[in-house]
Amino acid sequence: MSDLNKLKLAEARDALRKGDVTSVELTEACLSAIEGADALGAYVHKTPEIAIDMAKAADARIKAGDAPDLCGLPLGIKDLFCTKGVASQAASRILEGFKPEYESTVTTQLFDAGAVMLGKLNMDEFAMGSSNETSVYGNAVNPWKVDDRQLTPGGSSGGSASAVAADLCLAATGTDTGGSIRQPAAFTGITGIKPTYGRCSRWGIVAFASSLDQAGPMTKDVRDAAIMLEAMCGHDPKDSTSADLAVPNFEAMLTGDIKGKTIGIPKEYHMDGMPAEIEKLWADGTEMLKAAGAKIVDISLPHTKYALPTYYVIAPAEASSNLARYDGVRYGRRAQIGKGDGITEMYEKTRAEGFGHEVQRRVMVGTYVLSAGFYDAYYNRARKVRTLIKKDFEDVFAQGVDAILTPATPSAAFGLGEMQNADPVQMYLNDVFTVTVNLAGLPGISVPTGLGSTGLPLGLQLIGRPWEEGDLLNTAYALEQAAGFVAKPEKWW
Amino acid sequence: MLDLSFESPKPKVIAGAKHDWELVIGMEVHAQIATKAKLFSGASTQFGAEPNSNVAFVDAAMPGMLPVINEFCVEQAVRTGLGLKAQINLFSAFDRKNYFYPDLPQGYQISQLYHPIVGEGEVIVDMEPGIARLVRIERIHIEQDAGKSIHDMDPAMSFVDLNRTGVALMEIVSRPDIRGPEEAAAYVGKLRQILRYLGTCDGNMQNGNLRADVNVSVCRPGAYEKYQETQDFSHLGTRCEIKNMNSMRFIQAAIDVEARRQIAILESGGSVDQETRLYDPDKNETRSMRSKEEAHDYRYFPDPDLLPLEIEQEWVDGIAASLPELPDEKKARFVKDFGLSEYDASVLTAEVQNASYFEAVAGAAGDGKLAANWVINELFGRLKKDDRDITDSPVSPEQLAGIIKLIKAGDISGKIAKDVFEIVYTEGGDPAQIVEAKGLKQVTDTGAIEKAVDDVIAANPAQVEKAQQNPKLAGWFVGQVMKATGGKANPAAVNQIVMAKLGL
Amino acid sequence: MSIDTETARRVAKLARIKVEDDALPALAQEFNDILGFIEQLNEVDVEGIEPMTSVTPMRLKRRKDGVTDGNQQDKILANAPDAREGFFAVPKVVE
Repeated sequence: MSDLNKLKLAEARDALRKGDVTSVELTEACLSAIEGADALGAYVHKTPEIAIDMAKAADARIKAGDAPDLCGLPLGIKDLFCTKGVASQAASRILEGFKPEYESTVTTQLFDAGAVMLGKLNMDEFAMGSSNETSVYGNAVNPWKVDDRQLTPGGSSGGSASAVAADLCLAATGTDTGGSIRQPAAFTGITGIKPTYGRCSRWGIVAFASSLDQAGPMTKDVRDAAIMLEAMCGHDPKDSTSADLAVPNFEAMLTGDIKGKTIGIPKEYHMDGMPAEIEKLWADGTEMLKAAGAKIVDISLPHTKYALPTYYVIAPAEASSNLARYDGVRYGRRAQIGKGDGITEMYEKTRAEGFGHEVQRRVMVGTYVLSAGFYDAYYNRARKVRTLIKKDFEDVFAQGVDAILTPATPSAAFGLGEMQNADPVQMYLNDVFTVTVNLAGLPGISVPTGLGSTGLPLGLQLIGRPWEEGDLLNTAYALEQAAGFVAKPEKWW
Repeated sequence: MLDLSFESPKPKVIAGAKHDWELVIGMEVHAQIATKAKLFSGASTQFGAEPNSNVAFVDAAMPGMLPVINEFCVEQAVRTGLGLKAQINLFSAFDRKNYFYPDLPQGYQISQLYHPIVGEGEVIVDMEPGIARLVRIERIHIEQDAGKSIHDMDPAMSFVDLNRTGVALMEIVSRPDIRGPEEAAAYVGKLRQILRYLGTCDGNMQNGNLRADVNVSVCRPGAYEKYQETQDFSHLGTRCEIKNMNSMRFIQAAIDVEARRQIAILESGGSVDQETRLYDPDKNETRSMRSKEEAHDYRYFPDPDLLPLEIEQEWVDGIAASLPELPDEKKARFVKDFGLSEYDASVLTAEVQNASYFEAVAGAAGDGKLAANWVINELFGRLKKDDRDITDSPVSPEQLAGIIKLIKAGDISGKIAKDVFEIVYTEGGDPAQIVEAKGLKQVTDTGAIEKAVDDVIAANPAQVEKAQQNPKLAGWFVGQVMKATGGKANPAAVNQIVMAKLGL
Repeated sequence: MSIDTETARRVAKLARIKVEDDALPALAQEFNDILGFIEQLNEVDVEGIEPMTSVTPMRLKRRKDGVTDGNQQDKILANAPDAREGFFAVPKVVE
């Protein structure tokens, strides 16, 4: 077999079980692809020795007949996940040199299932960004290229998206606080699902905004997303917000049959100035679902407009507190201090040189909105609007809507550096379609359904009912079948 | 329920240079909840371990670590609330209090600002028999303790130990109902007693397991009564908070010196700044911690890592049903059932172990008053001399009851009983057998006593004459007879026979 | 609500992030851009609406009281920039 790194999880799983290939072969294929792909900036800590050891162990398990779905499958891991003994920096200078003495619950579950870790993947610093340009490691680059510009793979899971799209792994983990799985998936022509808040344990994942963060898989298709999500999910007694619910066999739910399902099309997602190609993509997707037997209904989610401002109060507020622990005392980088400097100077210098500009900005905005006299005006008001945003979804689900179809992003991937001089709010608009889903705690999936006018991939988002990822994945599967998107980026790196 | 009626004590009055002042004191007592593990981690709460050994990753605020609550901490807080006759809130929630300090690894303390688990309650603070202060409790909330910073190990560095980080505390907040330094100390003492009865805090102040922040203000006589009528704080003076007091003696001294400082400011036409102060016992003064305070803006918000804490009424009822008898009820019962004085009852109920010991003695001996006398005067005195605790008393309640029974049966006198007690204390053994073996049983054989009386009368004719003129001198004969019988004669019988023989 | 450089300075101080004086005006401007965007929330009628406490409501998880963790001084200190004699060492804290 050639190009083993190009296999999907399901294909590789079946080949491993048949004995057509070994995990070591798969892993080596990925490692050599990684070696030639430094220009993409996807991997920031490569772990080839660990990968080969894990692959050998997986091969032994397969031989012994003990082979869970993911056994022997090489994955990339977002740098936000703490991996025992392996640098875990959240792409921040402030965590320079940090090697956790523990393994996150999600990666523990993946590795217990026999998955192989190829290395750590690039991302926006502390997952704050939509273009992977805030990383201390430098940019991750989109493998799609249509002119001489280098394009963003999106963010914050930009390295994950880039690595999956360029076949530098079979699949990757991502995390999503406001769209950080779905937006980069759409920008790179891959599939990414953010499950219901509480499905995946947050234990051992560096926190950005605790009430919004969820992990999820980034894969080459919907079936792979189903397989990998099942391994990532599950109740964790170490996370007080993790749901004590059984995890169904998601893959078994992929029948492609969506006859009689009701799909809502929210009118508020028709944004002013939205590119025609996005409108067309959305209309085409709607037709595909209709053709597959779904009932299409127009719906209203009246508070959509307020989702971004709500998000930009809640997420920075929680982040300002979550990131207070990076103080140079117990781990990570401590600034050199001057003569006569005390603890306060140590804190201020450490955090000034350890955090990048975007992180500093969000921490300070969060500090401001929580400060005396502003709490009610900003934070409490945002929590109330959040209640209303969630209620919008509850209302349409109560009316019988099974899933909601929206664009995943307001545009195709843009050029790295192009947003540099825009004010921060312009960049935040990237999350306009995805952020509502985090605020409402719902599952959302991004599926590539076509190429835009310039030849770049575009994705649609499906939003499901809470805890019904299986149903959502099946609808996404039907959309994927209908769209028949198979384009891959041409190798230039 | 049994109740002892009481009157309120008079507030402490401090005479200033110009006029009199009264004190108004409210307290925030931080009590370490007695548990094996920490509030949000499985690390031990054991005191005195190697630095940074009782630390879980969540206590050190490692990236990605999350809190999961120890249910027993909640139970203990509820138990405490019930013990203070307080409102239990079935809905409470945790908030983050954000500030930077090296012994606060998360950069925030998880506490309960907006929705505490316990609401209003009360404590009766006994001052002397019949005099007590009713102090209202405003709230009790659960929170994390901080770690320990050590500043004197190195000239340029501070050292941080996280063993105490994340240990569960209850913060018990009183209303400003305390009116003097002695009352403040007594309040802490009473809280400590109740918490120890409940088993929710060991009350060890030396280890910092019970500490108090004391809010002190002064006002002119009459102002407090206006506050009481209206609950309007503007009638009271500006308060200062003295932080982190862990000794009853220092609490009293600090309040006194702080009140005098405020009075001096006010009498010279100045005004008191509301601020946090620290008491320095060496200099006996309080000083401002303003530097620490200026940047404080705690930015409280609900902790998104935790959901609201909802508890069920049935669970609370179960805890209520398991509550032990508390000091006030026990004291009242001792007064009523054993006929003790309120003072003796207070002494015996100060510690639950003392009370249990006493009850065991009283029950076995069938005489509460005698048991109280023996426990308080003999046993406590002897234990104190050896610096021993009642829990390792060499004399068991059964042994002490045995001694009391011998007294009651007239087998030994009170004086001999003390000797027997000393023997039991030092050598052990059954009191009745000791009395038997050592021949200490008192002589009740009237024939033998009569003979001894006759001998003394015969040998002392001059004394007989004096006694017959002044009957008070008969006691001399009793003493002589007791001496002649080696103290074993029954003193009552001796007395009776002496009187008869002297014709008195 | 307009943020001036003094407010920006105060916020930076609260967040313990050193910002040089000459960077404060630009920082204040960024805050104003973001807060201007957030001000939209004032349009929403939130009368009688409960602030969200949990996006997926459930009963708070509890643990039994038992020692299951700790005794790992080496692991706790392993990543410390400065650890001495079992302690984390930091520049002098003045109380």
